[in-house]
Amino acid sequence: MPAQTLTATLHVNGREHALPDLDPRTTLLDALRESLGLTGTKKGCGLGHCGACTVLADGRRILSCMALAALYEGREITTIEGLAPEGGAARPHPLQQAFVERDAFQCGYCTPGQIMSAAGLIDEGRTGSPEEIREFMSGNLCRCGAYANIVAAVADVARTPLVPGAREPEQGRS
Amino acid sequence: MRPFTLERPHDIATAVAFGAADDDQTDYIAGGTDMMQLLTDDIRRPGRLVSLGDGVLDDRIEAAPDGALRLGAAARMSDVADHPAVREGFPLIAEALLSSASAQVRNMATVGGNLLQRTRCAYFRDPGVHGCNKRAPGTGCAARDGVNRMLAVLGGSEHCIATHASDFAVPLVALDAVVRLSGPGGERTIPVEELHRLPGDSPHVETVLVPGELITAIEVPASRAARTSHYLKVRDRESFEFALVSAAVALDTDGGRIREARVAMGGVGPKPWRMRGVERALAGAACDPAVLRAAAARAADGTAPRPGNAFKPELMRRTVLRALRVVGGQP
Repeated sequence: MPAQTLTATLHVNGREHALPDLDPRTTLLDALRESLGLTGTKKGCGLGHCGACTVLADGRRILSCMALAALYEGREITTIEGLAPEGGAARPHPLQQAFVERDAFQCGYCTPGQIMSAAGLIDEGRTGSPEEIREFMSGNLCRCGAYANIVAAVADVARTPLVPGAREPEQGRS
Repeated sequence: MRPFTLERPHDIATAVAFGAADDDQTDYIAGGTDMMQLLTDDIRRPGRLVSLGDGVLDDRIEAAPDGALRLGAAARMSDVADHPAVREGFPLIAEALLSSASAQVRNMATVGGNLLQRTRCAYFRDPGVHGCNKRAPGTGCAARDGVNRMLAVLGGSEHCIATHASDFAVPLVALDAVVRLSGPGGERTIPVEELHRLPGDSPHVETVLVPGELITAIEVPASRAARTSHYLKVRDRESFEFALVSAAVALDTDGGRIREARVAMGGVGPKPWRMRGVERALAGAACDPAVLRAAAARAADGTAPRPGNAFKPELMRRTVLRALRVVGGQP
């Protein structure tokens, strides 16, 4: 039994959602998935280690499993469902397109988190080299091991040179 | 996660009153990256969780004309790491922050919360383990004769050998930074080096904060040495991993002579460890390979390793030496 219930309003993908009877323990991740039906954001470890739950809050990448929903009132949350301007498969976001073109996933479970994290990364400007992309994407695990193609997809969108003769992502540090 | 009531005060006095009133029922949450883990894993069981968002703490990053820094306790790790005054005046602080956790965690975690994060000792983090004096006083320390690769070689006791996991705190101790506190008894300022207690026979009491007392700001004095500085972190994975051993080194040199040296280490004790023996060996000496080597040899003085971390004293000497060589321009 919750010790208390709250009323909170979340702003997600440009829309307002009232959450009546919110248990204060509810994470932003669970609110997105269970209350709002936005199941694109994935629950991996639930402890901030894997990055599958990455979303943007006011444009910056965060871990929705480490966030209490009630403490994110008034923040603009963007999930994978809201990344493409028009939404849907018809006009994917450039990162979504690059992940398809580079075959940057196998099972796909980590992919929404990878893409949201990459969106935050590109905005941070830490994409000067494949090595830098790897370091600043280290909060997103891929147990299928698609890292080389994930780095390539991010580099495509960020216009990061994969300089011939320099260290290619496939030969990068593990 | 056990049920709790969530309070969202809008000022420091109200936030302090919740923690001071008590009954040991209040925990505070700011960025939440450590507290959410502690709640999820059933290590903290507060009846009341008090949020420090909503304007209770400020997140300003300010550089004084003389170069001194003031960081509001709610400043995010990523914002501090990216601030020009930090990058240019205090590279060791920027490097320590950027070597911590992941980009997402750094966007959430506050610098005040970073100092108050709990140990990563696996026995503390697993409520299924019986022996942890820090989590359950009087139950013993499973780590002493357990897996202690990550744990302390300085400052531990027979009751606890946990390490403090913060990277950010290590340069702060090297640079004589202070924390401003606000609590039921008013405001006070203490050195970061005196914020954390050694475990002794009460490892569950980790800091000198009284119930309800909050860190409101961190102040770093102006430092010429900090401009020429480095944070070197040695770990089992290349990224998103806590330190086995780390070193924060700052040198102020004048014509090949070391005017002042600041050296502290992380991953080796229950708090960041100032290496005063190393600093003394450097102060006033020539910045040459023999001096750096002799000084670094002092880094492991007084260590008391356990079987699982017997490698740490030598790793400490080598880590300090490499950091000194980088800062001293003698690779």
